[in-house]
Amino acid sequence: MNAPAIEILGLTKDYPAGFWRKRMRRSLDHLTLRVEEGEVFGFLGPNGAGKTTTLKLLMGLIFPTEGTAQIRGMSIDDAGMHREIGYLPEQPYFYDYLTARELLDYYARFFDYSAVERRERVERFLGMVGLATAGDVQLRKFSKGMLQRAGIAQAILHDPQVIFLDEPMSGLDPVGRREVRDIILDLKQKGRTVFFSTHILPDAEMLCDRVAVLVGGKLQGVGAPGEIVSVEVQSMEILFEGRVGRVLPANVAARATQLGARYRVEVPEAELYATLEQLRGCDARILSVTPLRPTLEEYFLRLVGREQAQSHAVEVAAR
Amino acid sequence: MSNSSQWRSVWTTAILVPLFFAAIAVLQVRIDAHTRTESQEKEELLLRSDAAIKKLSLGYDSLLADIYWTRAIQYYGARAGAPHADWGLLWPLLDITTALDPHLIVAYRFGAIFLSETGDAGAGRPDLAAELVKRGIAANPNQWRLYTDLGFLYYWRLGNYTDAAATYLAGSKNPEAPLWVKLMAARIADKGGSIETSRMIWSELYESTKDPHIRKYAEQELRGLKAQEDEIQLDELAGEYHKRFGRYPSSTQEMHDAGMLADIPIDPAGFTYAIGSDGKFHLDPASPIVIPVPPKAPPTIATGTTDSNSNER
Amino acid sequence: MSSIPEVVAINTFREAVRDRVLYNLVFFALMMIGAAILVGQISIGIERLVIINLGLSAISIFGLLMAVFIGVGLVYKEIEKRTLYSLLAKPIRRWQFLTGKYAGLLLTLTVNTALMTLGLGAALFYVGRPLIRADASILVAAYFILLELALVTAIALFFSCFSSPMLSALFTLGIYITGVFAQDIRAFGDLTHNGPLRATTRILYYLVPNFHNFNVIALAAHGEAIALSLVLQNTLYALLYVALVLIASSAVFSRRNLK
Repeated sequence: MNAPAIEILGLTKDYPAGFWRKRMRRSLDHLTLRVEEGEVFGFLGPNGAGKTTTLKLLMGLIFPTEGTAQIRGMSIDDAGMHREIGYLPEQPYFYDYLTARELLDYYARFFDYSAVERRERVERFLGMVGLATAGDVQLRKFSKGMLQRAGIAQAILHDPQVIFLDEPMSGLDPVGRREVRDIILDLKQKGRTVFFSTHILPDAEMLCDRVAVLVGGKLQGVGAPGEIVSVEVQSMEILFEGRVGRVLPANVAARATQLGARYRVEVPEAELYATLEQLRGCDARILSVTPLRPTLEEYFLRLVGREQAQSHAVEVAAR
Repeated sequence: MSNSSQWRSVWTTAILVPLFFAAIAVLQVRIDAHTRTESQEKEELLLRSDAAIKKLSLGYDSLLADIYWTRAIQYYGARAGAPHADWGLLWPLLDITTALDPHLIVAYRFGAIFLSETGDAGAGRPDLAAELVKRGIAANPNQWRLYTDLGFLYYWRLGNYTDAAATYLAGSKNPEAPLWVKLMAARIADKGGSIETSRMIWSELYESTKDPHIRKYAEQELRGLKAQEDEIQLDELAGEYHKRFGRYPSSTQEMHDAGMLADIPIDPAGFTYAIGSDGKFHLDPASPIVIPVPPKAPPTIATGTTDSNSNER
Repeated sequence: MSSIPEVVAINTFREAVRDRVLYNLVFFALMMIGAAILVGQISIGIERLVIINLGLSAISIFGLLMAVFIGVGLVYKEIEKRTLYSLLAKPIRRWQFLTGKYAGLLLTLTVNTALMTLGLGAALFYVGRPLIRADASILVAAYFILLELALVTAIALFFSCFSSPMLSALFTLGIYITGVFAQDIRAFGDLTHNGPLRATTRILYYLVPNFHNFNVIALAAHGEAIALSLVLQNTLYALLYVALVLIASSAVFSRRNLK
């Protein structure tokens, strides 16, 4: 079996905190994680969970208190490893006196391309992220969305095997987000590994092969999005319209919400057919029946709530 | 960065840094030698105009004055006692120092002595010294010591007793001035040129200053004056001996044996006095004492001025 | 194929140009023109002296300001603006980044100094003096100024690695002033009769970068020749000290956790 694309072992980061900087604040607690080649991996967590810290550690921007990590078999200390990775930082900022074209050309010079190859690459990737017409505009005039696109371009311009994206969808309008999604899927198709952090869960659900959830610096769970939440269908949603002049059954009416002429009711799976019968009995027009799986979001909120309750309890106990 | 590579870079840095500093220090010594030889040939002050310096010092005049004062002392120290040294920059250095800080009294006092001193001990320019001290008096009219310094210059270096007496008198008008200043004015008016007067001046100088160079010099002069006084007394006694015995004594020992001296006198350096065939006593050739040249004759052209007010006694 | 520090250096130079830093040359030019015209009115014989003194001093001061004020932001700005994040993700080592930023500013200063020296030559020419052999010492003086600036830049870069621009500028200027007056500080120490104090000022003298070594403006103004051995020694001194400071900067910066 090949080396994993990313292997993180017990990665920990403490920051000095408190007035005298004596106490340590642990922003990442013994993270152990393995990402295989070719996966699209989502790194989820609320703000302040340690996602950006993890990425900065992997990029060598900060140094671990404990633990190691390897990317494609190479240590994160190895400068050569950076040839094979691309990185889009959160809220990227680039040299605002350069144009987009100049920026990409600058970054491309850190790799061994001939002048011709470099020029060709720069044009190609400008086009790929939709900045072909804005190539000669100075970056200080770019909108947030345009900067994000320039950021993605610089992250993948050298064909890295593993691409790290920190909140790639942030600041983008729906069109922009669709474009980023397409780029990620395109990379997946080429066999690249994509590791991206986000707190927008629907995106993760849709794109990722696997996700990891980080809360309060600790890994809470890893697995396919579907695995992580219960596969069990818990309840069913029925949308229906009432018939003029007909009264709804009392138990249904009590639990239904009304939107104009339509009604929505949630029932446990076991009661589905009984409820449908009742509705048929009052000549209601059934519009749809949908199984409701708990979303990643609900799982998430539950996790976060539990973690916050735990840390609150610890605080209380400490007083 | 992994721990091992961190340690390696700490060690590398820890070794390289002192090595580099060592090499730099060695180079610095070479460079310093360079500028020193250059300056011995032709020392250069970047700017001589004090007005310009004052403006350029951007308000930090007194700090810059201290720096120039230090340089003046260094300049003096490098030349004091060195034969045929070039003293040309002492005046500009003191000039600039006092222009930057007109209240740096010690600079005036220093200049009074070492600008005017002749031979290998100073610049031999009593005229410039007087100008410096006059400037000092203009800026600090309440510093009675500057008056006595100027008086000293007039008396000791320029042989100008009239102005000397007048200056001492002016200084004595300051309520803080001690009585002897007025006395000095009177003495000089009376008996300028006497050893006693000179001794008063030098011992006053010795008492009043904290500057070690001035003190050392004054002490030397005082010892010379003591020797001179001893010689005069011994000469008188030799004259009496001659009357008594028909010849001059050959040594102080003889005079002691004849009961004229209580014990054998020695000069302040511990040597006995010798007598010449003319019956005049002089110092033992081995003695380091120097009799100061008394300010009798008007100064020669070599020192730069002939004071039209100098008068013979 | 350029090396990585070169790539960074050229970009740093480009930034300086686009930040309109080189416009200071305009002020310099105006000043030299004014001086040349004024000087023509004063008594004969010292125009050369005044123009050279003024010109070289101005080159030194302008260069110093540039070295300090851009230097203290070299690393700090990249950290604050987070441009360093995407840069360090590339195959570049931190010391290569530092060397590149340093070289870029040094390049800017070299161009600046060269152009100013030309301007000085033009002013001399205008004042009516044909250029004589002795003027070579002006070039040496300008070269020494550049060596000085190289050293100041390195020190500013060092502080830029861990300190805010304001503090860095203060420290750098403080070290510069100490270096200019190092001889006097040692003389002060020698004058006191305090053994430990004297030893301290002596040691300080050899540790501090002795900027006074590079000041030959007076010699150039008087058309005096400057010994080749001094040129070599000063060059070596500057090289060693710059290397020392860059090594120290690299050591400090390589271990820094970026925010």
